[in-house]
Amino acid sequence: MNIRRVAVVGAGMAAARFAQQLLARTSPGAAEVTLYGAEPDAPYNRALLADVLTGRYDPDAIGLPLGEGTTLRTGTRVTAVAPATRSLTLADGTTAPYDALVLATGAAPVVPPLRGLRDGEPEPGGVHLLRTLADCRALADAARRATHAVVIGGGVLGVSAARALAALGTPTTIVHRGAWLMERHLDDRSAHLARGWLAALGITTHLAARPVTLHGTDHVQALELADGTKLETDLVLLACGVRPRTALARAAGLRVRHGVVVDDRLAASAPGVHAIGDCAEHRGAVHGLTGPAWAQADALAAHLSGTDPGARHTGARPLTRLSAGPLQLAAFGDMTAEHAPGHDVLRYSDTTRGTSTTLVLRGDRLVAGVLLGDLAATGDIALAWQRDEPLPADPSYLLNPEGARA
Amino acid sequence: MTPTDTHCPYCALQCGMRLRPRPTGPGGTPPSAPPVDVEERPGFPVNQGALCGKGRTAPALLARALRLTAPLVRDSADGTLREASWDEALDRMADGFRRAAEHHGREAVGVFGGGGLTNEKAYALGKFARVVLRTPNIDYNGRFCMSSAATAHRAAFGVDRGLPFPMEDIATTGCVVLVGANPAETMPPALRYFTRMREAGGRLIVVDPRRTRTAEQADLHLRPVPGTDLALALGMLHLVIADGHLDKDFIAARTTGFEGARATAMAHWPERVEQITGVPVSQLREAVRMFAGAGTGMVLTARGSEQHSKGTDTVRAWINLCLATGKAGRPGSGYGCLTGQGNGQGGREHGQKADQLPGYRSLTDPADRAHVAAVWGVDPDSLPGPGPSAYELLDRAGTPDGIRALLVMGSNPVVSAPRAAHVTERLRALDFLAVSDVVLSETAELADVVLPAAQWAEETGTTTNLEGRVILRQAAVPPPPGVRTDLTLLKELAARLGTTHGFPDDPREVFDELRRASAGGAADYAGIDYARIRAENGVFWPCPDPAHPGTPRLFLDRFATPDGRARFAEAGHRPQAEEPDPAYPLHLTTGRVTAQYQSGAQTRRIAELNAAAPGPFVELHPHLAERLGVGEGDVLAVTSRRGRALAPARITAAIRADTVFMPFHWDGPGRANTLTNPALDPQSRMPEFKVCAVRVEKAAEAEARP
Repeated sequence: MNIRRVAVVGAGMAAARFAQQLLARTSPGAAEVTLYGAEPDAPYNRALLADVLTGRYDPDAIGLPLGEGTTLRTGTRVTAVAPATRSLTLADGTTAPYDALVLATGAAPVVPPLRGLRDGEPEPGGVHLLRTLADCRALADAARRATHAVVIGGGVLGVSAARALAALGTPTTIVHRGAWLMERHLDDRSAHLARGWLAALGITTHLAARPVTLHGTDHVQALELADGTKLETDLVLLACGVRPRTALARAAGLRVRHGVVVDDRLAASAPGVHAIGDCAEHRGAVHGLTGPAWAQADALAAHLSGTDPGARHTGARPLTRLSAGPLQLAAFGDMTAEHAPGHDVLRYSDTTRGTSTTLVLRGDRLVAGVLLGDLAATGDIALAWQRDEPLPADPSYLLNPEGARA
Repeated sequence: MTPTDTHCPYCALQCGMRLRPRPTGPGGTPPSAPPVDVEERPGFPVNQGALCGKGRTAPALLARALRLTAPLVRDSADGTLREASWDEALDRMADGFRRAAEHHGREAVGVFGGGGLTNEKAYALGKFARVVLRTPNIDYNGRFCMSSAATAHRAAFGVDRGLPFPMEDIATTGCVVLVGANPAETMPPALRYFTRMREAGGRLIVVDPRRTRTAEQADLHLRPVPGTDLALALGMLHLVIADGHLDKDFIAARTTGFEGARATAMAHWPERVEQITGVPVSQLREAVRMFAGAGTGMVLTARGSEQHSKGTDTVRAWINLCLATGKAGRPGSGYGCLTGQGNGQGGREHGQKADQLPGYRSLTDPADRAHVAAVWGVDPDSLPGPGPSAYELLDRAGTPDGIRALLVMGSNPVVSAPRAAHVTERLRALDFLAVSDVVLSETAELADVVLPAAQWAEETGTTTNLEGRVILRQAAVPPPPGVRTDLTLLKELAARLGTTHGFPDDPREVFDELRRASAGGAADYAGIDYARIRAENGVFWPCPDPAHPGTPRLFLDRFATPDGRARFAEAGHRPQAEEPDPAYPLHLTTGRVTAQYQSGAQTRRIAELNAAAPGPFVELHPHLAERLGVGEGDVLAVTSRRGRALAPARITAAIRADTVFMPFHWDGPGRANTLTNPALDPQSRMPEFKVCAVRVEKAAEAEARP
């Protein structure tokens, strides 16, 4: 390996995975890997935050392996990168040279336009985000005192956070703009079932609802919707999705669309610069999932370490997986294909038990699917999706949890 | 006729059996008849009289007609093997080894042993290599067997003994996780312990990509994609942490390294593990509830989990699970390895292994070298260092970097080594090959000299079963004329190579020397003798002096590490060496069938066993069969990057649709090891037998013809 100093901007899941994989592939001392993390915490498993909120995990116990020898600089914001001189600048004005730069800046929560909410920092009190461990600690603390919580956003994060808040004993309402929950992943029928699961957990859902105003001066008191409905609450969680953090890359003149544009080698548009994880746009796709982020980290580590110079990331077939207490969900592909010509839909539904499986096929291949409730068949279906496996002429066995294993 | 108490020649259970010599008529025993009958030996605790079909029929191979009864040498005129006298065979061997050493150096001579050899033979063979040949090039087929478990044992617990408790403890535990183990078919008499455990309310979890006969009896069967057990174990550890099942007092008092294991487990959360292994989160949770919820529990692995390029890390991840829940070093709990070969345990303790001296002493530790050198009466500096592992030894054979002459004792690598066609080619390339065996195995067929060896019922010697129990096989009948024991072979050969002392062929004399060599070592046999073994139904090592009762249960007070603590490991999941791709889209996994044993050299010659399992086959799922247009019995061609094998289809829903299975007991077109991948575990040097990428298709008509 002819690259010694590897600077990683970000210390999230992709960064930790990359460092650990790179060091596992190089001899001791061959690479100096430095992670620059803006957060005060060492890398941790962000996928577990909802269950940190419920208290299932100790916040100090979800730390991830970094690889022995990695230099970790937490609470250190990188303010500029200069690909031409291969150096980066930190918030305190110091600069650091690198041989290879990896942008793993992740994604930032989207803050919706609401009256009563200043741009940038959530204000007034009682308004929260759930992206970082610090967010999670603050939210857990607030939830202990809250009498009622409103979650704005009924996507995967909103649903899992709402479940966690409800599990803490806080009556919780989801306010969602879409016609059904998690509409990026679910078809309407599955979403309807999911809503039933949430209702059983004590979570009310408002669909097609547009929040417009936060009421309360020092502390939030109510959320007003466009139709005039006023939801009294002393805790609001904004779960309106995330957006890749690309400011640094943009300022450095790197090519950015939705994310930092990278090729199959995870290389950005300037020599020596790479991007992985939620901030990267690969083959037109920006994922917000660990699976693709870690696959990218692994491929880049294989490539940069020199152990597999030909390593490429050729794309991902990601699967969204949600375990929110008793509500189990797996979703993959584009469910809108269900209505497209040339596609077959297989559906199994048990409304009493609240389980359903919907699979969209084109020919003998899976195109999309949603599994809800009893997920005994998920393992095999997930693998068939990830591997793009041909299915037998009669794939109906996939609908029967036991049949899928037979 | 007086019966003799002894043990079965096959697997590591080493079932007790009684042999009653048949009365001989005036013409002696007919060539096709065995000279003894098997009877029950109910007093031996491990099997309490029960035997499987292999044990029951074992005497058949004692019949003269089925075995070698004279040395064979390759005729210089026509190149065939012809019968010869022992003197001629031994002279040829000594000459072959001497020449190789003279022309290419001492290291050009190698030895390849077996896990079926008695402790005495394994010890003598290791000593022969280091003292007479003075070569580092000795290893054995146990490298292909339990080396990953052995390496993990040593790293985690400081000592390698397959089970840290007697088999009977299994019946008392609250939950057993059996990983890549199929005792219902590979060691049927052991199944009683699992059945009793379940009858007493214990739960059985089986981890296997196939629904084996063992899996059918499980309370929960987890069916991971081959090569993903490491992720599965870490996923279970993750849930142990998340769901509050950690035994924090045990971790604090008796272990080190938890923090690293915890961080690794955090990178293996259940939803991710589901996507790697195909095991649904709900089943992972159920497994953790069963295991962590039981008051006592065990994890037992076998080759299915160990024969991987990450076998050592996989075993250590299972050990992590035991340590995190406090299920180790306590009565009724622990991690264990179900050793495979008859003396797989003892065979690895006493000097056949490339890096070890008797008593588990190290070839790199000056004090260990000095101790063993003193027992052997040689200069410690004259002992060679560690040599290459089994596959590496064979891979380089006959090349400028490798050995030129080889002695194989009790092993059949032509059938049992990975990438077997290549290994066969390397064996053919040797200047000289000698094989000592009971039958003319496929490896023996390639030899320049073949020595007919005495069998289990014809010679006395100890083995150490999977429990670490040292037991005594006793000769019931003399070997037929023309057959000698391996100890005699080594004695005679050593003498021809200039060493006339130190190679007795009385097994008791060898054992007494072994006791001295092992004294003070990890596997200490000093206090064990034949009389004690007879009187006590075996003695568990370590047993440092005659007054010591032996050690049926290890680690109850401390682990065998320098600080007495067990060590957590932190390795995460990594893919197998060869993942499926469009050209080779399926997983191949290999294993055994009930009626055959290892390379089949013995069992394929026994009519009853052969009738039950006449040949190789390819097990595949009905969905895969449909996709390939294959019917039951159609001949399939299975192709990997190493080669191609042909065998009939056996269609069953008991296997994953992404995986095919082949048993590995046969040579010829259906040889499973033609396909297997010699990618080695970096720590144990275990080849990745249990998973490689293959393509399966219906064999062309021409190929299907014999």
